[in-house]
Amino acid sequence: MLKFIGKRFLQGILVLIGIYALTFFLVASTPGSPFSSERAMQPEILAQIEAFYGYDKPVGERFLTSVGNILHGDFGPSAVYANRTVTEIIAESFPVSLKLGSISLLVALLLGIPAGILAAVKKNTWLDYVPMSTAMAGICLPTFVMGPLLALVFGLIFAVLPVAGWFGPEFVVLPAATLGLYYAAYFARLTRGGMLEMLNQDFVRTARAKGVPEHMIVWKHCLKGGLIPAITFLGPALAGIISGSFVVETIFQVPGLGQWFVKGALNRDDFLILGLTVLFASLIVLMNLLVDIAQVALNPRLKYD
Amino acid sequence: MPLLEVKDLKTSFYTRDGVVRAVDGVSFSLEKGETLGIVGESGSGKSVTCYSLMRLIPEPPGRIDGGTAMFDGQDLLQMNEAELRKIRGRRVSMIFQDPMTSLNPYLRISTQLIEPLRLHFDVDKKAALNKAIAALEEVGIPEASSRIHSYPHEFSGGMRQRVMIAMALITEPDLLIADEPTTALDVTVQAQILDIIKKRQEVLGTAVILVTHDLGVVAGNCDKVNVMYGGRMMESGTAEQVFYNAQHPYTRSLQKTIPSLQTKGAELYTIPGLPPDVSKPIHGCAFYPRCPYPKTGAAEGDRPKLVDLGDGHCFADCHFCDSSAPIESVLTTDVPVEDITPAGAAE
Amino acid sequence: MTDHSETAVLGNEAAPVPRHSASEIAEHELIQGSSLWKDAWSRLRKNRLAVASLVIFLLIVVASIVGPWLVPYNSQEQDLFLGATAPSAAHWFGTDTLGRDLLVRTLEGGRISLMVGLIATVVSLAIGVIYGATAGYMGGKVDATMMRFVDLLYALPFTIFVILLMVAFGRSMWLMFVAIGAVEWLSMARIVRAGVMGLKKQEFVEAAVSLGYSHKRIILRHLIPNVLGPVIVIATLTVPAVMLLEAFLSFLGLGVQPPNASWGVLINEGQQNMEIFPWLLIFPAFLFALTLFCLNFLGDGLRDALDPKSAKD
Repeated sequence: MLKFIGKRFLQGILVLIGIYALTFFLVASTPGSPFSSERAMQPEILAQIEAFYGYDKPVGERFLTSVGNILHGDFGPSAVYANRTVTEIIAESFPVSLKLGSISLLVALLLGIPAGILAAVKKNTWLDYVPMSTAMAGICLPTFVMGPLLALVFGLIFAVLPVAGWFGPEFVVLPAATLGLYYAAYFARLTRGGMLEMLNQDFVRTARAKGVPEHMIVWKHCLKGGLIPAITFLGPALAGIISGSFVVETIFQVPGLGQWFVKGALNRDDFLILGLTVLFASLIVLMNLLVDIAQVALNPRLKYD
Repeated sequence: MPLLEVKDLKTSFYTRDGVVRAVDGVSFSLEKGETLGIVGESGSGKSVTCYSLMRLIPEPPGRIDGGTAMFDGQDLLQMNEAELRKIRGRRVSMIFQDPMTSLNPYLRISTQLIEPLRLHFDVDKKAALNKAIAALEEVGIPEASSRIHSYPHEFSGGMRQRVMIAMALITEPDLLIADEPTTALDVTVQAQILDIIKKRQEVLGTAVILVTHDLGVVAGNCDKVNVMYGGRMMESGTAEQVFYNAQHPYTRSLQKTIPSLQTKGAELYTIPGLPPDVSKPIHGCAFYPRCPYPKTGAAEGDRPKLVDLGDGHCFADCHFCDSSAPIESVLTTDVPVEDITPAGAAE
Repeated sequence: MTDHSETAVLGNEAAPVPRHSASEIAEHELIQGSSLWKDAWSRLRKNRLAVASLVIFLLIVVASIVGPWLVPYNSQEQDLFLGATAPSAAHWFGTDTLGRDLLVRTLEGGRISLMVGLIATVVSLAIGVIYGATAGYMGGKVDATMMRFVDLLYALPFTIFVILLMVAFGRSMWLMFVAIGAVEWLSMARIVRAGVMGLKKQEFVEAAVSLGYSHKRIILRHLIPNVLGPVIVIATLTVPAVMLLEAFLSFLGLGVQPPNASWGVLINEGQQNMEIFPWLLIFPAFLFALTLFCLNFLGDGLRDALDPKSAKD
């Protein structure tokens, strides 16, 4: 098992390097340097910074230097925001995004999985139709429609929740709901599908023939296998929540990394883009590693190898 | 009083394409410790009969439309879920056709084996585990005490069917329903599995319903035989009666299909035609379209009545019940049973 | 009698036999194929939700294509004095802040959104089918390497790349098709590979191999037609995913550029004005959601129809 984790971990590192390289050369292939923006800067300082970060050197060398810097925890300066380093921005905004993201993921799991199980067990009743139609509707509405709609209903019409800013626990509710509900819909559909597949298996008939009560058939016999599709989706869900945060943080004015990434991308803030991409990719790679481990743990037919 | 007495059982499936009368008026009885064989082609309703008794028919689309199944004084068909759970796995157990899918691949053998004990008796885990290991040993699984902790996919098909048998019999039930327990297995393993069922039955005194499409399997394993066709009973009686004194043209046709009785190297005999489409109403005799001795008018009117020849030998749904059918029986008393069983066929 | 059965087993009749049986088997598969589609179609027709989805979706498609010619307004024509007006007899969907007729803009937006959905799906289809079929057909190490690569790609934050691509290389619509198509092909590749792996072991493919047909011919003529079912299902489900991604890009200002407007662009404009001019959000958002709804239900229905084992009723 340790060997398996080690192997997957190394693969993850390789993926990260690949992602970084791809992003780096994508960004580098855009003309100009991030420092040649409108920002007023004394030419000698500009030259100094450019030299320090190697913009006078060939791309390949710059790439290696930047990898070295990142390994030392230096993500470089922000090109657009004076006197701020990317490391500082991450240190400041990451906790916000982490909180928003993990609460959203929890909402998605805690709502989606039980709804999916219930829908599968009560197949073809209103307990199936209502949540599943809602889920389908949720999947069809883009986050940037869902967000403002929730803001309109709970922020303005009922006026029970704040719609913008990040000052206390109540500010988490609407952005986390916007992000989480969308993926709750996915988890619900996947869980329902997985559970239905299990409930249709022959071994369920065997269990019934043994006198196993229905609730134990669901929890003991079907849950493990039925959850596998949902677990597998955790990686894509995290990736989706990260890109969803680009939208949601903008709508609800949450000072998280998503907003920074959008600003960085639109303003060609090279170091910010690179730093955030590495961070996002690491999170996703880590999640996928956990998913790999969970899959083997859930399915005895798979082995750690 | 018989252990199980089934009268006029009717089970249908209500699908979009019509009503499928899978079991249409089946009756039989079974004494303690006896073995009843239910024989028929696929689609004859033999498996649905068993599922109906265990109340394992998925509802909807299935529904038990009528009849009674008195088991030890209680009607299985009238029980509610809670009453059923006390019977299932405790007094009536079941094993299934495909051992590859009938065990839960996500749970250890041990967990699945001790489940009936833990559900139906007040035993602690350790005692249950010890009993489960003993049960595995009894069905011939080597190194049971270590292999019990494996997962099903680490066992072969034959081994899994042994596990199923051990699991079904671990509570020492009064009745074991075996739904084509050997169909999905290699010929060589088939005989072993039948043997194990028989041996355990002798030790525990369990009554067995053995469902099969192979008349050969029934020979030598059953006290009584029911022949089913198109959801209906064709002939029933003691194994002797049905084998050596078969009356119904269908039973006799079935006998001709037993591989070990046919000329070596010749093309295997099969009954021409297809089993009836039970989603459409059947008039008259269900076997009429394939009957080698069709009688004018047999495809019309009411279905033929069940006729008792005395000694409990009945045959039904046939228009020859007034006299002996003009069909030669391939089986006579001078064919030894060993020649008919699949063990013989394997040689 | 014994002689006859033995020759059949030993296959003594040599050369002509395999050739004959190969074409027979292939034909047999074709016949089976056509009845499979017929069965699927009759199953689909019984699924009311899927049929309703198909009808509504086709209506939306036709309206988007034909509609703009029938509405007596031009989507670019501004009327700044008119400004945003609520739906009326003259402007069924109302007008936007620049006085443009929303009905014609929504219909043209539908054209663009559906086109994005279609073209990007075709791109993803082409990549996914070729990649998956090759991996599944080659098998062994080639397959292992190719699919490991897909696994790795699954782990990537793709939207980030689409965003970066759009920023780096300008906001062209064609680039967007390629960028979206290039990230949506993974599921397709997996499905096709699984299908091909299963089919490859069947007799009719072995027969084609024994006839010495080229790999290309076997893949194109024998394998791809047989994995078409699942491919159609995934394609149907890819279209809505692509349309959502386009809407997402539009929100960031990286999608379709003015004066063209996709549904995503319209919805984004609408949500900015939703408190004052709610119709600007309601109409495009409703049509967008309805289209996605239909495509998703249709995809589910197709899956059930093409794979009766998974149909649960």
